[in-house]
Amino acid sequence: MAVSRSAVVARSLIKRYGRFEAVRGIDFTAEERTCFGFLGPNGAGKTTTMRMISCVSPPSAGTLDVLGFPVTQRARAIKARMGVVPQENNLDEEVSVLENLLIYARYFGIKRAIAEPRADEHLAFVQLEEKRDWKITRLSGGMKRRLLIARALMNDPEILILDEPTTGLDPQARHLVWEKLRSLKREGVTLLLTTHYMEEAAQLCDRLVIMHEGTILVEGSPRELVAAHTTRQVVEVFEPPEELHSALTSIEGSVRRVERLADRWLFYTDDGDETLGKVRALAIDPGSVWLRGGTLEDVFLSLTGRRLVE
Amino acid sequence: MSATAIDVRPVLLAPRVSLAHAWRYWLRNAVIFKHTYQLSLLGWFLEPVIYLVAMGLGLGKYLREVNGIPYMDFIAPGLVALSVMYGATFETTWNAFFKMERGRIYDAAIATPVELEDVALGEALWGATRASIYGAAFVVIALPFGVFHSWLGVLTPVALPLTGLMFSFMGLSFAYTIKQIDYLSYYWTLFLTPMFMFSGIFFPLDKLPGWVQTLAWFMPLRHCVELMRALLLQGDAVAAARAALWVAVVTLVLFPVPLNLLRRRLTN
Repeated sequence: MAVSRSAVVARSLIKRYGRFEAVRGIDFTAEERTCFGFLGPNGAGKTTTMRMISCVSPPSAGTLDVLGFPVTQRARAIKARMGVVPQENNLDEEVSVLENLLIYARYFGIKRAIAEPRADEHLAFVQLEEKRDWKITRLSGGMKRRLLIARALMNDPEILILDEPTTGLDPQARHLVWEKLRSLKREGVTLLLTTHYMEEAAQLCDRLVIMHEGTILVEGSPRELVAAHTTRQVVEVFEPPEELHSALTSIEGSVRRVERLADRWLFYTDDGDETLGKVRALAIDPGSVWLRGGTLEDVFLSLTGRRLVE
Repeated sequence: MSATAIDVRPVLLAPRVSLAHAWRYWLRNAVIFKHTYQLSLLGWFLEPVIYLVAMGLGLGKYLREVNGIPYMDFIAPGLVALSVMYGATFETTWNAFFKMERGRIYDAAIATPVELEDVALGEALWGATRASIYGAAFVVIALPFGVFHSWLGVLTPVALPLTGLMFSFMGLSFAYTIKQIDYLSYYWTLFLTPMFMFSGIFFPLDKLPGWVQTLAWFMPLRHCVELMRALLLQGDAVAAARAALWVAVVTLVLFPVPLNLLRRRLTN
């Protein structure tokens, strides 16, 4: 296996907009040929960080090196080796799928003789080869997203940046996108993505950071984060009757923490079967109790809170 | 701090721009135009044609001559300049604003080795190109009317892009400043319409009060009208050179403005 090098290195990275600090001194290192994720609620600073990495928004302070170059000095050189899949569709609506890819290739100075076969190759990769001559307005949301991925591949990038790559897609389209991203990673492309889907992060990321209000709360692999920040299992009780509340509160044993939400109680436990037995012993409706594993979502919510961020 | 120095660059300072990359963005616009021109071309150069026919034939019946020149022949060169102004302005205000704000076309371009300054310059060069196409189309349509009288007119292919570029830099500077497209009506009524009336297209300016003449000297369109009239009608090389110089100097001074404005606007 090749020696791993760092694709992106941030040290004390800060971004200010006037007085507002969107990113407040973050440090992270994304290794080459891995998938590195940024998780966080809206306004956490994920997109701002991505914009700095993609050399379109200069850092206010700190250092940020991409592919070994500082972003403030070598923007063109870095961007030549990077692909960006934006959150919002920004395709050229007036022309065909193929023309979109050719226009984009031209921005990189890629000649048509090279760009056209490459476009066909990438269209086949994202399963849009039949839509080659379609106008953009005829494409569905999922097709547009796949086309944006194909477009970002036109310069054969070493780093692919994806800002919420599957937001708004149906499950079929989402799984297709995941499959494509995994195969790109196998080919050696470094993936950097933001998401607020925990499942997406668990499926794709080798390492990830959870961001909140401009800072990084934790960093690790999905498995490490689940192990370190939540229990192995969770027992959920849906709308327990009032008279059982005091009995439920007194359940102990393997339970580490109890969370009471409006419609259910969550028992974070190291031994799910033991806790489940104790809950069931209370003559509660068995249909309203279930056991599940601890997830990245539990980590995320316990770290960033359940309050709506707006 | 070096990182923020880019953001607060004075608008008149020389921008960091690459003509090669601006050209790539120009080509993007040209490809889109190739697919859509049938939808819009007619609408824009038709307007000066309507003026030519309506004013030339209508008003021309009562006002046979201006300074010894048939009225239709008098207004035709000015209408060439007008069509260029409208073409460049439409492209660099309305179209550019929507590309930037709604289509997010600029965001797509700057994710590649193309930088914001390159986009702005490419947009201006494209505005000049499209405006020249409108101007040339109008010249071709007006030719059979026999309104052009000078062989200096062969220099028109130089005058059209120069005029177009100046109005493109102006339009872009405005588009990159406003927050909403609704402000465009101010550009039209406070800037374009007075120029339309007081740039000597429909009547000579030399009989107007002195202060109006002074004011008119500052109107960019007036010099473009003089340039076209000197080339197409009078065959006056000195007048043409003088007008061209005015336009060239203003164009040169304006050149960095939209480039730096766009950097300011979209960097943060």
